[in-house]
Amino acid sequence: MTDAQPKIRMSGVHKRFGPKIVLDGFDLDVPRGQSVVIIGGSGTGKSVALKCILGILTPEQGRIEIDGQSVIGLPISEREAVNRKIGMLFQGSALFDSLKVWENVAFGLIQGRGMERDAARKVAIDKLGQVGLGPEVGELNPSELSGGMQKRVALARAIAAEPEIIFFDEPTTGLDPIMADVINDLIVSCVKRLGATTLSITHDMASARKIADRIAMIYKGKIIWSGPAKEVDRSGNPYVDQFIHGRAEGPIKMEVFRP
Amino acid sequence: MNNPLATIGRWALGMLAALGRLAMFAGHATSHVFRPPYYPRLILKQMQFIGYYSLPVVGMTALFTGFVLALQIYEGSSRFNAESTVAAIVVVGITRELGPVLAGLMLAGRVGAAIAAEVGTMRVTEQIDALTTLSTNPFKYLVAPRLIAGALTLPMLVLVADIIGVFGGYLIGVHRLGFNPGAYLKNTYDFLETVDVVSGLVKASVFGYIVALMGCYHGYHSKGGAQGVGRATTEAVVSGSVLILITNYFVTEIFFGK
Repeated sequence: MTDAQPKIRMSGVHKRFGPKIVLDGFDLDVPRGQSVVIIGGSGTGKSVALKCILGILTPEQGRIEIDGQSVIGLPISEREAVNRKIGMLFQGSALFDSLKVWENVAFGLIQGRGMERDAARKVAIDKLGQVGLGPEVGELNPSELSGGMQKRVALARAIAAEPEIIFFDEPTTGLDPIMADVINDLIVSCVKRLGATTLSITHDMASARKIADRIAMIYKGKIIWSGPAKEVDRSGNPYVDQFIHGRAEGPIKMEVFRP
Repeated sequence: MNNPLATIGRWALGMLAALGRLAMFAGHATSHVFRPPYYPRLILKQMQFIGYYSLPVVGMTALFTGFVLALQIYEGSSRFNAESTVAAIVVVGITRELGPVLAGLMLAGRVGAAIAAEVGTMRVTEQIDALTTLSTNPFKYLVAPRLIAGALTLPMLVLVADIIGVFGGYLIGVHRLGFNPGAYLKNTYDFLETVDVVSGLVKASVFGYIVALMGCYHGYHSKGGAQGVGRATTEAVVSGSVLILITNYFVTEIFFGK
């Protein structure tokens, strides 16, 4: 394994649902220790790309590597070993309603790594502190938390096992701008502390600018531009320009039915 | 206009595909029932939910079924001057058929629906995907404990239902129809065979498994938000109930077929 080898590599990935082609030769490299953000409109295949890496969906064609190891079609035990390197923050937080907050944060430690409950609880309380939540929050149920607090708990769960890779799926969706910025700051600080490689998907440009080292844009199941985050404003790509400025007019045509 | 044969063909293919999906899910889920690791805490929690909390509804069903059975058998048998068979037919009817089938159907409504709703909500809110990312197999964590709890708990419920149902028949027989209490109990005891109870308990175990399996299957494959979860819940109850009735015939054939 060399330093030049990306932490995650996706090449020629195709995924379709019935007649609908979602990923159409998707290529992406995520360099080790960097934060890559995929931007793109709704329904362009961002979440599907993440789920293919996680093994939740299986692509029809193409190759996905993590640390140089091909991860498509791995047996369950090997897949679980790969997933132990990964933490994930879901768009809707996806906290387990039947468990207390601390149990949610400690879940991967107890179930995935066999840690004792008392030890896992201490780690969970510590991680909740890192995202600005007190130990008393650990005893609550997820339904008793606001959307912003749920996102923080989901972030604590994603970093609890100190993973090498963290995925963020629309981390700021549904939050007010201030809370969104708080979450962005927490993501940056947590990732820096862990030294993790991260891959995020978002259509929130403020979030992308804040957390990304590199930005890639997906359109119709393909990456159409990628580069350093600071160059996104001078990409020279009309699709990227239209997206980052949120213009209705441009090469990206939304399918809107007008009566 | 659609060709009717093509419509029938599409329906048949769709049905076969659905059966294939269900068979694969059942095989996969069952394989996890027999492979560690197990989650004893989750199994006990599900046993409490399926068994303990279903006791009132199953008990009431059994009691009133015993009442009605005694009255109906008395009415029917009196036409042939065979009133003395009431106790025997009540105990055989309850232990072989009505106990397991009615308890299974009540469970399909109460527990099958709850499992489908819970697992379905976890599916549409990405909680099942979250399990996978936390290196936890959803079949082991969600499905297997419910299947084990269903198969172990319904026989216990049915045993209680058998006792309550027979007691219901006794109450009506003695206090309403004027049977001698001792003679009624002696008839009950004399006619009851081990196979009557055992076949009922085996049926109960199969039905408990079916109810949990249908709840998990429809919940696991639900999609489309609240509407999808509602559809999964309905399908779990309907398919669970129908499968109980179909399976009941085959298990009866195995035990009592000539």
